[in-house]
Amino acid sequence: MLTAQHVTAGYRDPVITDVSLSVRPGQTVGLAGPSGSGKSTLARVLALLHKPFRGVVSIDGEAVTKFRFGALQRTRIGVLFQQPRLSVDPRFTLRRAIAEPLRGNQERVEELADAVMLTADLLDRRPHEVSDGQLQRACLARALALRPRYLICDEMTTMLDASTTAALVGVIRAYQEETGAGVLAISHDSTLLGRWADETVRLQPHPVSGTGQRDLADAPTRNSPTTS
Amino acid sequence: MVNLEIDRLSVRFALPGATVNAVSDVSLRIRPGECVALVGESGCGKTVLASALLGFLPGNAETRGSARLGDTELLTATDHELATHVRGRQIGLIPQSPASHLTPVRTARSQLEEAARVLQGDADVAAQRTGLKPEHLDRYPHELSGGMAQRVANALALVGEPWLLIADEPTTGLDRELVDGLLDEFRRMVDDGRAVLLITHDLAAAQRIADRIAVMYAGRIVEIGPAAGVLGDARHPYSRGLVDALPDRAFRPIPGRPPLLTNLPDGCAFAPRCDQATAICEERPVLTDDPHAVACHQPC
Repeated sequence: MLTAQHVTAGYRDPVITDVSLSVRPGQTVGLAGPSGSGKSTLARVLALLHKPFRGVVSIDGEAVTKFRFGALQRTRIGVLFQQPRLSVDPRFTLRRAIAEPLRGNQERVEELADAVMLTADLLDRRPHEVSDGQLQRACLARALALRPRYLICDEMTTMLDASTTAALVGVIRAYQEETGAGVLAISHDSTLLGRWADETVRLQPHPVSGTGQRDLADAPTRNSPTTS
Repeated sequence: MVNLEIDRLSVRFALPGATVNAVSDVSLRIRPGECVALVGESGCGKTVLASALLGFLPGNAETRGSARLGDTELLTATDHELATHVRGRQIGLIPQSPASHLTPVRTARSQLEEAARVLQGDADVAAQRTGLKPEHLDRYPHELSGGMAQRVANALALVGEPWLLIADEPTTGLDRELVDGLLDEFRRMVDDGRAVLLITHDLAAAQRIADRIAVMYAGRIVEIGPAAGVLGDARHPYSRGLVDALPDRAFRPIPGRPPLLTNLPDGCAFAPRCDQATAICEERPVLTDDPHAVACHQPC
């Protein structure tokens, strides 16, 4: 099980306060909430990419002590981001991007490309020569390359059309059935989460005093998760 | 106010050893007081079409056909003519990912006031109309959330009072509440007698405000008609597949992949993915001439 217990995290000021969440193997948990409620911050903490101020993250019972480059457990967690273009080296071909975590194991690249439905000619192109949907398919192949126990999808489908969204969710479900991996699916699209996730957790920001605006850059400082 | 008349517009890009057919034979008319949504998956040529109308195509692009805005032929107009008469004044563009189009070292106010000065518009009115407060304007782009950056981009596009607004994926990354607010703003502009060309992959957004929806596949318009007709009773198998892929419908992807724009089939480009394709689909279907038009030999 991938769990966050009483996590408080942010940048200078906390963005999420005392949040607990867990993802069981084989389960798909949805994480919803408006812009600025801290969904991505929680995703980064669970992906061991960001060290929380307080609280404990544990993977299959093992508490994580080091984050970012020091976290050995990071290979057990795959991450997909909203903007595939910002998460692939623009100089790499898609083939090389997928092979990066595999240290060049080409056979696995073909197998992964096949699973996400990328053709051979696309594999030899660079990111600027493919569409967002094609690039996100490559990012999914890269995220699955090391057979992660957990997959965190942070607004993975925002840039994608309906058909590509349905196709990638299908690929992830097939991977889960095969391996029993747990998935955290973050989205502001409640219809999508209703269809995709087994249960959805909602991050609730407290309104910023005075303005009542929720989409300001100075994000709200306290949250309370509720299950819906 | 005038119409925008796009007639058999094609855009190709010459690459070493290949030609990309990004837009092929697109005809579309946009009138004042109308919102047209252009939908289709990423990479189908929607943004290239918008760039062609504003003279933003790169040097290796070749265009054919015409795009007339009143007396101005947009495809052959000089850059000076477009800059002094068209961009911002007659056609406003809200670019994709607005945050990356703002100058990072200047505040939103300084950029909006510059645009207002050049286009003889009113920065305060534009800011107010797009829901920006004075304190938001004093921020630098990195201090703006996605929703706020979107509003700054809207204000920049509206400050010159263009009659046609081209909005390229304006709802990406915004939550539903912000999307609805933004779409309502567009709808108010249309009701004021302006026109909006909404480029999007978000069918829910298109359904909410568009009068007409054009579905684009592999650079061609395959279906165009009243919004309710295209989404509720799609006639092209591709449009039907897109609607069926929505999470509140079957949530079923269209099988196969879109074709490479460097290597398009001679016949219907959708035929390899279509379960209704027969021998006749090896001939290219022509877009019919009725209000709910479809380019398919065997429409649903």
